[in-house]
Amino acid sequence: MGSTSAENDSKGVGRRDLIKRSAALGLISVPTMSFLSACASGGGDDQEKAEAGKKSAENPLAVNESAKMEFVLFDGGFGKEYAEDAVKLYEKAFPKATVKFSATQKIQSTLQPRFNGGNPPDLVDNSGAEQMDMGVLVGKKQLTDLTPLLDAPSYDDPNKKVRDTLRPGIVEMGQFDGEPVWILYYAYTVYGNWYSKKALDSLDAEYPQTWDEMLAVCAKAKKKGMAGWTYAGKYPYYIPFSMSPMIAKVGGVEVLDAIDNLEPNAWKHPAVKTVFEAWYELYKKGYVLKGTPGLDHIQSQTAWAKGDALFLPNGSWVENESAKVIPADFDLAVSAPPGIDENDKMPFGTIWASGGEPFIVPAKAANGAGGMEQLRVMLSEASSKNFTSKVKSLSAYNGGTDGIELTPGLKAGVAALELAGDNVVNPRMQDWYVQLQKEKIGVSCLGEMMAGRLTPAETIKKIQGFADEAAKDSSIKHYKHQ
Amino acid sequence: MQHGKYRFIVGFLAVPLGLYALFVVWPFIQSIYYSFTDWTGLSPEFEMVGFDNYSRMLDDDIFWKSLWHSVLFALLVPLVTLGLALFFSFMINVGGRKRKGGPVITGVRGSGFYKIAYFFPQVLSIAIVALLFQFAYNPDSGAVNSLLRGIGLGSVQPLWLGDPNLALWCVMAVLVWSTVGFFVVLFSAGMASIPGELYEAALLDGASRFTTFFKVTLPLLWDTVQSGWVYMGILALGAESFAVVQIMTVGPGGPDYSTSVMVLYVYQKAFRDGQAAYATTIGVALLLVTLAFAALVMKLGRRERLEY
Repeated sequence: MGSTSAENDSKGVGRRDLIKRSAALGLISVPTMSFLSACASGGGDDQEKAEAGKKSAENPLAVNESAKMEFVLFDGGFGKEYAEDAVKLYEKAFPKATVKFSATQKIQSTLQPRFNGGNPPDLVDNSGAEQMDMGVLVGKKQLTDLTPLLDAPSYDDPNKKVRDTLRPGIVEMGQFDGEPVWILYYAYTVYGNWYSKKALDSLDAEYPQTWDEMLAVCAKAKKKGMAGWTYAGKYPYYIPFSMSPMIAKVGGVEVLDAIDNLEPNAWKHPAVKTVFEAWYELYKKGYVLKGTPGLDHIQSQTAWAKGDALFLPNGSWVENESAKVIPADFDLAVSAPPGIDENDKMPFGTIWASGGEPFIVPAKAANGAGGMEQLRVMLSEASSKNFTSKVKSLSAYNGGTDGIELTPGLKAGVAALELAGDNVVNPRMQDWYVQLQKEKIGVSCLGEMMAGRLTPAETIKKIQGFADEAAKDSSIKHYKHQ
Repeated sequence: MQHGKYRFIVGFLAVPLGLYALFVVWPFIQSIYYSFTDWTGLSPEFEMVGFDNYSRMLDDDIFWKSLWHSVLFALLVPLVTLGLALFFSFMINVGGRKRKGGPVITGVRGSGFYKIAYFFPQVLSIAIVALLFQFAYNPDSGAVNSLLRGIGLGSVQPLWLGDPNLALWCVMAVLVWSTVGFFVVLFSAGMASIPGELYEAALLDGASRFTTFFKVTLPLLWDTVQSGWVYMGILALGAESFAVVQIMTVGPGGPDYSTSVMVLYVYQKAFRDGQAAYATTIGVALLLVTLAFAALVMKLGRRERLEY
């Protein structure tokens, strides 16, 4: 063989030559490849849809009896057992069908490529930290309208439509703009101030109904070495769970609607200022547990369960999530936020309650009817009861709590809903404008205010700035309360 | 002998070049291409939008904040890490006094132990390190504040990761802690290859440790330091800063975006907000920053090579 040195051109392949030519080859190959790029993510492989089955009283959605059905569940605070039980019922109704059920915490990492490739599963519980953005899914027409499901007869009573068996607000929450219902929220969450009735009793205090009473309770607690409040300092967007219904109570529900609609100066309403100042007072008077701004939700819940702080703004999942740290004699309770005084626009009891665990049927699902049928099964009274007793949460099915033993938190939640009556508010910031609500308003404003680094006036100005920015941002889809 | 030359070249190079093009060049081109679309990442349909994403990026405050933090990461973290590593490895290998019967050039007492102690964090995955420190920084029950209380500084109880003025430094400190050991080992290897006679000559001339370090060790180690700098900087711009920020200042990038870095922002835009195209745009910006960083370090670090 010839030498590999460059001088020896006449024989063999010189080293420099080799490098030069390989570089040239590389340069050619790059543009050639880019021609193929045009269809890299173009979904050429949309899956084939299952043929419709025979419509009957037992099968109102005309599910193909032998078609495969795939169901992906978010494996979070509620676990997966309740869904597995519902899958068994589906399999019983359609013995020829095979059901592929899986539960994951990684909703987005597992499903984003499948949505992108046009072969998503038939039913998805799009929840958790890796929730796919609903606004984008709706905007890009990736979801099935669930109206046929809502108009189908309910599982228990053929004379009643599914939609008539749901709790207030569930159907509206699934809508984005206009009639179609894209999402069915299966859990029903009560938000508010969570506390230990036992701790409150030990202070010889009643749950406060006005802010002065609240401050008095906090002062009492402080004397006993207990902080009045703690919250998820790293995720300050838990604060609105208590703050938003308070704003509604003080200024009326229109204030919240204006905020959700991103109307100009919505945050400058006097009610917002009053409420912010009230909360800021908690910080100024030292009623917030020391170190709270550095705690995450689990740490703050643990501190609260240990009795370091009296109140915690949270949702009804806290009972299940913190089950291990809440002492047996804690006597968990939830109440609507106190208002300011008797001049408030709404009565005491005004609370935030709304759907949780959003279920969707992808538009490109092969067996969308099967996915909807599975939801219909889950919305039966029996499945709902099963859910409530297993995971300590209410479901979207209205009722279904008779005859099962309710845990303290759940019982308090039901009582709070009864007290609220029609005064249930449902701010939509957190599902319409996720980044605005969580990062900008939550972390950058409310968190900073409660850590004492912004005054209420500065906070309002900053939030209004963020809201105006979002209203102008054409890359975000905008929604309005109907 | 010329016969079949090109067949040989093609046969020899086709596979590796193809793999390189497919897995290295191709993704770059793809992301640049996507940065001109409105792709969401959640649907296969998208359209070309020209430079919309780029003009949006230039107006995006969070992008600029993240960029600034990334630049800090790329400049400060390597500076501190390499500085510490140089100091440690010098002490371990050269810094000791002559002991009776021992070699002339030796490390400080117990240097074998120090070597292991420094290297230890390297065996832990960065995710575990970040989690550990997340607990340590817990202002309520974490190790750092407990220590402060323990030594009578109960009145000084910073919020650490909860304080926008401290969070970024806390995160950087963790990164330094976890990578310094690697460079101690790397530089130790470099120092081992420096001939002992040079040190002996310096000692005979009465040079102090300080002089020895700056006149002998550092110049002879310069190549290693320079590659270490580039390596560390890219690490700090990319994977490692993502891991520590994502895990420690969970979610949104610290209070008031105080720890947000470019990689994290790319991730959030692509996998949380359903704006994959915008994410690739930031990715392109990150690519430029990384290239500029590497070029700068190579340029500034150019020195005459010392032969020994």
